[in-house]
Amino acid sequence: MRRWQRLATIAAAALLVSALPGPAAISDAAISDPALPRKLSEFGFFAGPGATRPAPVLVAYGLRTPLFSDYAEKQRFVYVPDGARVSADAEGRLEFPVGSALIKTFGFGSGAGFRPIETRVLLRRAGGWEALPYVWNADLSDADLKVAGTRLPVTVTRPDGQRIEISYAVPNKNQCKECHSSAGAVVPIGPVAANMDIAPSAAAVFRKRIDWAAAPIAANGPVWNDPSTGSLDQRARAYLMVNCAHCHNPKGSASNSGLFLNYGAPGDRTATGVYKRPVAAGRGSGGREFAILPGQADQSIMIHRMASTEPGVAMPEVGRSMVHEEGVALIRAWISSLPSE
Amino acid sequence: MKWKIPALVSIASIAWAVPSAAKDIAVAAGSGAQERLQEALILAQPGDVVMLGEGRFDLTDGLSLDVAGVTVKGAGPEKSVLSFKGQMAAGEGLLVTSDNVVLRDFAVEDSRGDAIKSKGADNIVYHNIRVEWTGGPKETNGAYGIYPVESENVLIDSVLVIGASDAGIYVGQSRNIIVRDSIARFNVAGIEIENSFNADVHDNVATKNTGGILVFDLPNLPQQGGHNVRVFDNVVVENDTPNFAPKGNIVASVPSGTGVMVMANRDIEIFDNVFDGNGSSNIMIIGYRQKFDDVQYQPTVRNVRISDNAHGKTGFAPQFAGGEMLAAAFGGSVPPIIWDGVGGAEAKVYSSDEVPVLNLGLAKSDQPIETAQPALAKLAGDAAPKLPKIVMPAAMEAAIR
Repeated sequence: MRRWQRLATIAAAALLVSALPGPAAISDAAISDPALPRKLSEFGFFAGPGATRPAPVLVAYGLRTPLFSDYAEKQRFVYVPDGARVSADAEGRLEFPVGSALIKTFGFGSGAGFRPIETRVLLRRAGGWEALPYVWNADLSDADLKVAGTRLPVTVTRPDGQRIEISYAVPNKNQCKECHSSAGAVVPIGPVAANMDIAPSAAAVFRKRIDWAAAPIAANGPVWNDPSTGSLDQRARAYLMVNCAHCHNPKGSASNSGLFLNYGAPGDRTATGVYKRPVAAGRGSGGREFAILPGQADQSIMIHRMASTEPGVAMPEVGRSMVHEEGVALIRAWISSLPSE
Repeated sequence: MKWKIPALVSIASIAWAVPSAAKDIAVAAGSGAQERLQEALILAQPGDVVMLGEGRFDLTDGLSLDVAGVTVKGAGPEKSVLSFKGQMAAGEGLLVTSDNVVLRDFAVEDSRGDAIKSKGADNIVYHNIRVEWTGGPKETNGAYGIYPVESENVLIDSVLVIGASDAGIYVGQSRNIIVRDSIARFNVAGIEIENSFNADVHDNVATKNTGGILVFDLPNLPQQGGHNVRVFDNVVVENDTPNFAPKGNIVASVPSGTGVMVMANRDIEIFDNVFDGNGSSNIMIIGYRQKFDDVQYQPTVRNVRISDNAHGKTGFAPQFAGGEMLAAAFGGSVPPIIWDGVGGAEAKVYSSDEVPVLNLGLAKSDQPIETAQPALAKLAGDAAPKLPKIVMPAAMEAAIR
């Protein structure tokens, strides 16, 4: 599968540069201490150059349905301190022990042509999670902490082959929290068992480290663009869960909107967007009356905002400067399939 | 002794005292403003003052503050200008998500979405701030100028908001609120209190908006049941800007020429205001008129007390359905006070103002207006204000003295 080709490439690159010194040991102090390390290398996650040669203790994983980020490729790793246990709640959301780290590198290009732009880390410290963005320098020798974020010109090749110049936004520390927040605290978003494809070589060992609140949950959640993995309804909801529900849930940054797209949303249909009128959408409404007007995608505010790149209209508000055409097509098909009243 | 530490921490957080190490962080206008200012807002510690220099800050993205107890202070609303004309992302200009923040003495211009939003930010002070969309009233302007939401203790004092395509000053789903000594003009709604409890809106000027001051409650929201709002000592005149809100938003239904509109709230007092030149009506008391699916929601208005307002010329150009007919029927203009009549005497809508009141005679809030049975009415009853004054924590008032 495509996800694993990338990891194989990383491994191959590691072999090619095997004359370089081996990966440094992971610095548990850098993860756990309250300071903000200025350089990514202080953590010892990668031997480099760039994000190649991840430390062997890092566990690579992919998401079956990922967040859209301007078609960036993402390489994800989790680090759990030696011997520590991970727990999973009844929904399969993983909870990591103090000293753990989630590491996500964003870049463009595939295989050996992958060029990292930034690496975001989520550090599980005693006081909670800390989210920090690091931007790779020109020679990929290290990445620098950019608490205020930055913008970089990037050429993106869309799935249809079209090349587009964009201003890629590295989020600032607060923006990390805007998405990663639940009742005001920073939390991970991605590591939910059903949506998490752990690298095959590490999956069995990693899953043995998980203490499940209920029966173990398999990595069999819908893949948004693979109809063999779920119905249109299941895949659309998975897409909205991953791309919207981190804010659009009762404890998230969009709690005041009353639009809740998380799986555990109340049985209140209006809260899921169906025949829901906007509250504070402003021109985000685009002259439409409902978030979702069943059967009429073009009259649904959700489509209008997903298909826009205008600040003040575009949803999500941060994290993309392009339209995810394929994602919009999925949600459009789903809304069109909903029976109207 | 170790056990003492938590106690000390909690005392420090309650007292909101400025820690001894508090410092001023100066940020100059000019190039690189985005990263310099955002970094200052992130690295500030509780008690610090982020000082905005004189001049223009040309920003490319939204700014945000998530540190409690920080003051952001400019050199004045005409001197320190945060311009979001070149904004490329984010739903607002400045977002505040921490408690005990003071924002003062600067301007926010041309944000693509909302101008300043504070969410879940208790004890927030907005003082001497200008928010403006410099191209005048346009549908493409951002929705809200000053936008606190889901917060307790909100003090908005001496601000000026011009051009919001929804509400200039909008307080949503909050508790304990004062909006005072402020000016809202050329917005769709000048000042709006929505799904909120315990608010004083006083000594403001709302003019040239579509509607001057709105007190609304909407269904399907985490906090609803708006109540205890006093609107007093305001000047609400010549709100005659055509409605330029994007369709779909509730304010798009506000007729141009509205002074004060109360929708689906209870325990509302409107007194000692000056009304003039509002072409539709000075005071409208109505229920929620759209279809909704929410068993918790109460769509009607109850317990309104209207007294001692000065009513100038009004109702001469009603911009709502059936308005012209009503004007013709009532001697050329619509009466200065309109009530939808839902709930009858049990709604306890009282007015002692010496002006005519129009009762639309509706049985239900969403009844078609064509089936109304309008008639002049007396809203006799005890209309004297009795709600308690809203008081902010002393530290908030001290922050602007």
